[in-house]
Amino acid sequence: MRRAWPRYLAVFRTFARNSLVRDMMFKTNFLIQCVGSVLWMGVTLCFYVLIFNYADEIGKGTGWHKYEYFVFLSTAMLVNSLMQAFVMPNAQEFSEMIRTGNLDFALLKPIDTQFLVSFQRIEWSAFSNFGFGLLLLAYSLSQLNYVPGAAAIVLYPIYIVCGVAIMYSVMICLAGTSIWMGRNQSLYDFWFYITNFSRYPMEIYNGTWGNPLRWLLTFLVPVLVAINVPARFMAMQLDREKWYLAGFAIFATVAALWLTRRIFILALRSYRSASS
Amino acid sequence: MQRDHGILHGHMARMHTWWMILQISLEERLVYRVDFAVATLMRFLPIVTQIFLWSAIFEAVHGDNVAGFRFEDFVAYYLLVMIGRAFSSMPALASGIALQVRNGEIKKFLIQPVDLIGFLLLTRIAHKLVYYLVSMSAFVLVLYLCRGYFPGWPDAPTLLAFIASLILAFLLGFFLEATIGLVSFWFLEVSSLLFIYMLLNFVLSGHMFPLDLLPSAWQAPLNVLPFKYLAYFPAAVFLGKVSGPQLAYELGVQLAWVVLFMVICRVTYYFGVRRYSGYGG
Repeated sequence: MRRAWPRYLAVFRTFARNSLVRDMMFKTNFLIQCVGSVLWMGVTLCFYVLIFNYADEIGKGTGWHKYEYFVFLSTAMLVNSLMQAFVMPNAQEFSEMIRTGNLDFALLKPIDTQFLVSFQRIEWSAFSNFGFGLLLLAYSLSQLNYVPGAAAIVLYPIYIVCGVAIMYSVMICLAGTSIWMGRNQSLYDFWFYITNFSRYPMEIYNGTWGNPLRWLLTFLVPVLVAINVPARFMAMQLDREKWYLAGFAIFATVAALWLTRRIFILALRSYRSASS
Repeated sequence: MQRDHGILHGHMARMHTWWMILQISLEERLVYRVDFAVATLMRFLPIVTQIFLWSAIFEAVHGDNVAGFRFEDFVAYYLLVMIGRAFSSMPALASGIALQVRNGEIKKFLIQPVDLIGFLLLTRIAHKLVYYLVSMSAFVLVLYLCRGYFPGWPDAPTLLAFIASLILAFLLGFFLEATIGLVSFWFLEVSSLLFIYMLLNFVLSGHMFPLDLLPSAWQAPLNVLPFKYLAYFPAAVFLGKVSGPQLAYELGVQLAWVVLFMVICRVTYYFGVRRYSGYGG
């Protein structure tokens, strides 16, 4: 029992190595994937460069000027690239496993099933996006007058991991529903559309419809804190209200992971093998 | 007389075949209708974020418009682009063809008296018809809720031009993507090629943002590419950004693209089949 953790790490390392070997089998494909996804990030960046030709700020008085916003954007890229690397390939595999009955094999293995289905595959090409995000972050920070304090720099990576954990929870909860619904082709779309809200500063959701929406996406499905909290740390001084939010983000991460675990176990209970 | 009867019979049989294909595809599509309706409604969620994003941008904009678009125009534009994409996007068409080439399923079209491209076009029409049938209510609801963002109904000729541009967008999207799928006769793995195509399409068709936002030097090359006719052009027609002789000219260009890709698609298929070798049953 005491040796449980190192064993999980060793299994994870094997997964990572296998995925890398698999990716390296098709080198050109791997390269095109890297170039393609960096191109994608570039296009997104260009879109906002265009927008800042016409406007000074996203939402008056929010503080999201051009380079502050690029810090936000790079934070979103970091979180999303980690999602792409660790979670997305597995989540897609998971609903396929349920449909074909291959989940049987995962259940039989002497290791935690959630661990197994969550980390089996790593998409190494997604790290090109991570690199792009880091470069953009460094460049934007160099253009800002504001220098983030030591606390912000220490907390930033921690909150990035929290953000990934929240996004991961949404994904696993949705994947759990595919056990109940049998076939759920649009799982990835579903996840994308829900987390799409998190890709923008939370201040843009205001007004009659925006305020309740912001409340819902902060406290019930806490996707808004995933990127907003770390991005704020880096880009500007946190006021008192935002510190509450930072505290809440930790709570939300723990709660989301706990709930995900419950839903996953519950969903497994309803799993009927597809084979004879 | 006998021969005429034979030809007539042949036509009837062919019509019957096509009718069956259409019916089968319709039923195939209706199996997962709940999943389908939910997915359709979800597709409007990005519009919600776009509305919030653009309203935040407009709070700090210089002047009252961005590249000739007021805030309302942006929302209307994104909704119209969704309609355009409902016609021109071809999910799984190219990858489906590539898969059939790779696993050899394509053989059946070489043996059976059914034309591959015709078959794909018909199944696609059937899938689109079901899609419109199921998603119509969602579209009507969302468009009704967002009616305030539209400048009002355009006049009859503009509306007709809009419908024509949508039908042409469907055909252009089909032949363009079918051609890409047929490239798999040469390269078995086209998924990365497809990824690049989708990226180009997303930006250059105006799906991401109205092309007017770009500096004019960048707009010129986009005008000689077919992509803008997949999403930007129908929306621009509806919003009255293109009118008069310019409208007729652009519709002509769109039609020319459709014809060109129809030919390219046929030629690619013709040569692809000659390269193809299938083994086993």
